[in-house]
Amino acid sequence: MSGPGFLLSSWPWRSAGYLLTGAVTGAVALVVIAATAAAGVVLAIVLVGLPLLVLAALAGIPVAWVERHRMRLIDVGPAVDQHRAPSAPGLWAWLTCRMREQATWRELGHALLFAVLLWPVDALVVAVALLAPLSMVATPLLMRTVGGGEEVKVLKLWTVTTWPAAFAMAVLGVVLLGLCGYVLGVVAGARAALTRVLIASREADLGTRVVELTRSRLRLVDAFEAERRRIERDLHDGAQQRLVVLTMTLGLARLDVPPGPVADQLAKAHEEAETALEELRELIHGIHPKVLSDHGLPAAVADAADRSAIPVDVELALPGRLPQAVEAAAYFVVCEALTNIARHSGASRAEVSGSHRDGRLFLHVRDNGRGGADAAAGTGLTGLADRVSALNGRIALSSPPGGPTLLRVEFPCVRTDRSA
Amino acid sequence: MRTDRSLRVVLAEDSVLLREGLIGLLGRCGHDVVAAVGDAPALLAAVEEHAPDIVLTDVRMPPGFQDEGLHAAVRLRGKRPTLPVLVLSQYVQRTYASELLDSGDGTGVGYLLKDRVGQVADFVDALCEVADGGTVVDPEVVRLLLRRHRDPLERLTAREREVLGLIAEGKSNGAIARQLVVSEAAVGKHISSILSKLDLPPADETHRRVLAVLAYLRA
Repeated sequence: MSGPGFLLSSWPWRSAGYLLTGAVTGAVALVVIAATAAAGVVLAIVLVGLPLLVLAALAGIPVAWVERHRMRLIDVGPAVDQHRAPSAPGLWAWLTCRMREQATWRELGHALLFAVLLWPVDALVVAVALLAPLSMVATPLLMRTVGGGEEVKVLKLWTVTTWPAAFAMAVLGVVLLGLCGYVLGVVAGARAALTRVLIASREADLGTRVVELTRSRLRLVDAFEAERRRIERDLHDGAQQRLVVLTMTLGLARLDVPPGPVADQLAKAHEEAETALEELRELIHGIHPKVLSDHGLPAAVADAADRSAIPVDVELALPGRLPQAVEAAAYFVVCEALTNIARHSGASRAEVSGSHRDGRLFLHVRDNGRGGADAAAGTGLTGLADRVSALNGRIALSSPPGGPTLLRVEFPCVRTDRSA
Repeated sequence: MRTDRSLRVVLAEDSVLLREGLIGLLGRCGHDVVAAVGDAPALLAAVEEHAPDIVLTDVRMPPGFQDEGLHAAVRLRGKRPTLPVLVLSQYVQRTYASELLDSGDGTGVGYLLKDRVGQVADFVDALCEVADGGTVVDPEVVRLLLRRHRDPLERLTAREREVLGLIAEGKSNGAIARQLVVSEAAVGKHISSILSKLDLPPADETHRRVLAVLAYLRA
């Protein structure tokens, strides 16, 4: 805005356009909001007015929408809508979502301020900054037409009677017009900045986005867990049952067939089917262990300890249940840790302990191995860290050379009293 | 395969396919399925009505598809501690086995993987064993537990743990002797050594065997 280039650009006109449309929008907003609110108050006695009052309370939303679009006239930065998408389709979900949002009430405040105070200012500035210099520029023309070449009153203040004075006034008007261009720019910029603070602050926008991202990440984790359970159930109710029936049929057939090549083939088929069944069972267990959903984390960890190649002591006391996503993440962390210990640590004993206090689940997995585990070395630990951080948990590994190795994990979570 | 007696069986299994298969299998082996039901409440009612020799049930059943079958079995044993129950599970889980074995006095219960029905003869033998008041635990559970070296089992020798594992699978002394290729007397010696190490003083012989299995499972 510094330098004469500003006056030659489109910015003065954009500023003027911004303030002018602001004045119009503000006036319309005032009329509509006042009419809706007044009608609502009057009709509230017969209850018909209540929806109207709700409508008036939501008036900030369309006003803010228009304002954000208008802002593009003079502000290149994006003005992002801070409203969240409602969690469910339908008018009611939309309405409750909007009513709970801080943004809605900020926008209502902005709309009221705009309708009562800001638009007259817009109108005044535009009027003074444009009309005054323009009418001065037009002095010679006015003198020729309205004044009949004799005299003309400029801005109703000064009387000009001579042509040179009229032209001097016109030149003064052009200069003034240039100055007013700056004034328009400054005022419009200030107005846009104020609007941004009220309804499209970049910082608030960032905060909202972080919250939304965190939520969507949690939703993703939940969806992922639900999908695992669905796959587990489908395999269980479908393929596994059929394979059991198949092995049973083959087993029965073997009883009926006399020894010979057919019996041998049948025996082979029977064995293959049993192997397939066993592999499927392991696969299903790996996808989502049933004991975890039925009996919760302590039972599932005890089960994992049973399956571990080295002896594992489990000391995990958790009254009640934890959110499913946390239970699953904690379980897979423990499994992965135990696998790592068995594979790499050279430990002869491991211990899993844990507790829930102050709204957090704490898990410790330690071993008496040679230590030196490096979080950066493999993908295993990174995978664990990702799983944990998706639930806002923390993971810490202490593994000095020579051992012992201690893995600490914590999750923020509340106990649920989901019965087993 | 033991065919010395015909058992009256109440069967609970929600998969129609498997239910029909089991009815056929048991019929083929000379046993009589007096009622075949698809959920836990129906199981409780059927046992009330038919007073069977043994109950054969799936763990996971409607409506919740969690462990309704197991809970029904535990409830039945709570009412009639001597009612033999064989539970079939799609999964090997010590938690399920312990829950079942803690019901009643631990005799006449079995916990087997569903896969075992494919080994028809073994499966039907296990059924008879349970009906006769024995305790049968799936070899897979036994295998899992063998890995755990904890008190009081730490006092047992490897061979003794092996013998105890076979007892838990419901095998008789003769069967154990054949499997380990030793004399039946040697098995008897191992067993008395196990019983003394587990602090089970001489009493009724069958009962002590079951207690040893329970000690083993709870270790």
